[in-house]
Amino acid sequence: MTTTGTRGATTMIELLAPALLAGLAVALVAGPMGSFVVWRRMAFFGDTLAHGALLGAALALALDVNLYLAVVVACLAIAAALVGLQQQRQITGDTLLGIVAHTTLALGVIAISLQKSVQVDLFAYLFGDLLAVNWRDVLALWAGAVLILVLLAWHWRALLSITVNEDLAQVEGVPVTRTRLILMLLLALLIAGAIRTVGVLLITSLLVIPAAGARRLSRTPEQMAVLASLLGLASVFLGLAGSWYADTPVGPSIVVAAAVLFGFTLLRQPDS
Amino acid sequence: MADNRMADASTLVAVHGAGLAYGAHSVLDDVSLTLEPGRITTLIGPNGAGKSTLARLVLGLTRPDRGRVERRAGLRLGYMPQHLHVDESLPLTVDRFLWLAAPGRTRARRDALQRTGVAHLRRRAVRGLSGGEMQRVLLARALLRKPDLLVLDEPAQGVDVSGQDALYGLLGEVRDETGCGILLISHDLHLVMARTDQVVCLHHHVCCSGTPEAVSRDPAYHRLFGPSGGMHNLAVYTHDHDHDHDLSGDPHHDHHGHTGGHHHD
Repeated sequence: MTTTGTRGATTMIELLAPALLAGLAVALVAGPMGSFVVWRRMAFFGDTLAHGALLGAALALALDVNLYLAVVVACLAIAAALVGLQQQRQITGDTLLGIVAHTTLALGVIAISLQKSVQVDLFAYLFGDLLAVNWRDVLALWAGAVLILVLLAWHWRALLSITVNEDLAQVEGVPVTRTRLILMLLLALLIAGAIRTVGVLLITSLLVIPAAGARRLSRTPEQMAVLASLLGLASVFLGLAGSWYADTPVGPSIVVAAAVLFGFTLLRQPDS
Repeated sequence: MADNRMADASTLVAVHGAGLAYGAHSVLDDVSLTLEPGRITTLIGPNGAGKSTLARLVLGLTRPDRGRVERRAGLRLGYMPQHLHVDESLPLTVDRFLWLAAPGRTRARRDALQRTGVAHLRRRAVRGLSGGEMQRVLLARALLRKPDLLVLDEPAQGVDVSGQDALYGLLGEVRDETGCGILLISHDLHLVMARTDQVVCLHHHVCCSGTPEAVSRDPAYHRLFGPSGGMHNLAVYTHDHDHDHDLSGDPHHDHHGHTGGHHHD
């Protein structure tokens, strides 16, 4: 009995280790990035970029180029297009995002379904397939995570400054436009990494839910960013474990775990 | 190129014939303004006269459609906006808010808050400050920058009369100590009369400018504010101690219409 139990646990760790490490890399970065998404009310914007990522993935398959590279380029192109389109005042921001998000999602689904040569699991792109990641993916994800965290730390004050008030930031010499572009780039990098783990439809939830939970427990932006990371890491643990024992899809299980943790934070009254 | 020079080497900011329109609506028309070190300039005018827009031109936050704005090389700006909304999703203490302007200098941040009389708020959340408290925190952030030019948009908003008096007194002290120039926006001349060196009366264009006394005698000023409004605004503010000094700055509406000596010409 004991031997079987040990072997079962070993198998579980062997099978889940890449998935766990990949998920943790995304969750770690999603903490501070999600905090910015929440502070700057960019949830819908993040969603739109994520939907656009599917189009990038389809292009990567069609042109046989690197998936992550194609997704980053697609996200940045969509971010640039959105920033340009937001200059006009006829269509409000929300409507514009709704149009772009769902159009790119539809185009992405069509483009992927047109790939006759390869068998592509659309479901994996939409909802993630964490269990399919290999060690090379894990390495790439952690390299990306470290890169994003370093850039975040480096530009932290500028990013926070433009988030609190862009006018004050500009008067105080912060390069506002450049800082905004850095945030977009970081978001695009994160989405590219997350497409394989939680999928394009669930990325926003991994950004927003842990950050929203952390808000209620924090007094400073830094506390919130760190707590959001911790809640995200816990969600990945719990989601993977739940998925293993209950045989549920991994990505949605992680999101549900994050939502349950958020529910617990509601029990505490925010002090600021 | 001939008029590409500053009026004076020490001039902080010079606005030359600036014009700005939003669509068909002209906000500023041929406005010129010179800001010098050690001088307090007050911009007055009715609501929607383009005062904030002119301040934004001075700060470099907006570019004029026509005309030019010149800033002295290396000019350090301090800005106190009219409102500052911090999203409720962002937890932020006063100290963290000041850190954005002055990282790593805890002592300087404490001193700046002391200076504006709100040292006790350092660990408080920015959300939940009263209007007057927020103004003082914003002023502390502007002062932390050790600015050459301090721009304050309606600094007296949400502050009661005694608080306003203290605020203008503080601005005078800062000017005397640091020699910085100050640009104040107000829609109420009588509040700032005694504290200002130069008044610019703005209603999309500069109606009149000069010393407070000269402006208050100018017919253009009377046309702008109307006879009754003129009477009200003509009153030179004198401070009475018939109320509590409330630094928290909750507005006291019982001072509406409070006027000191009237000037009749």
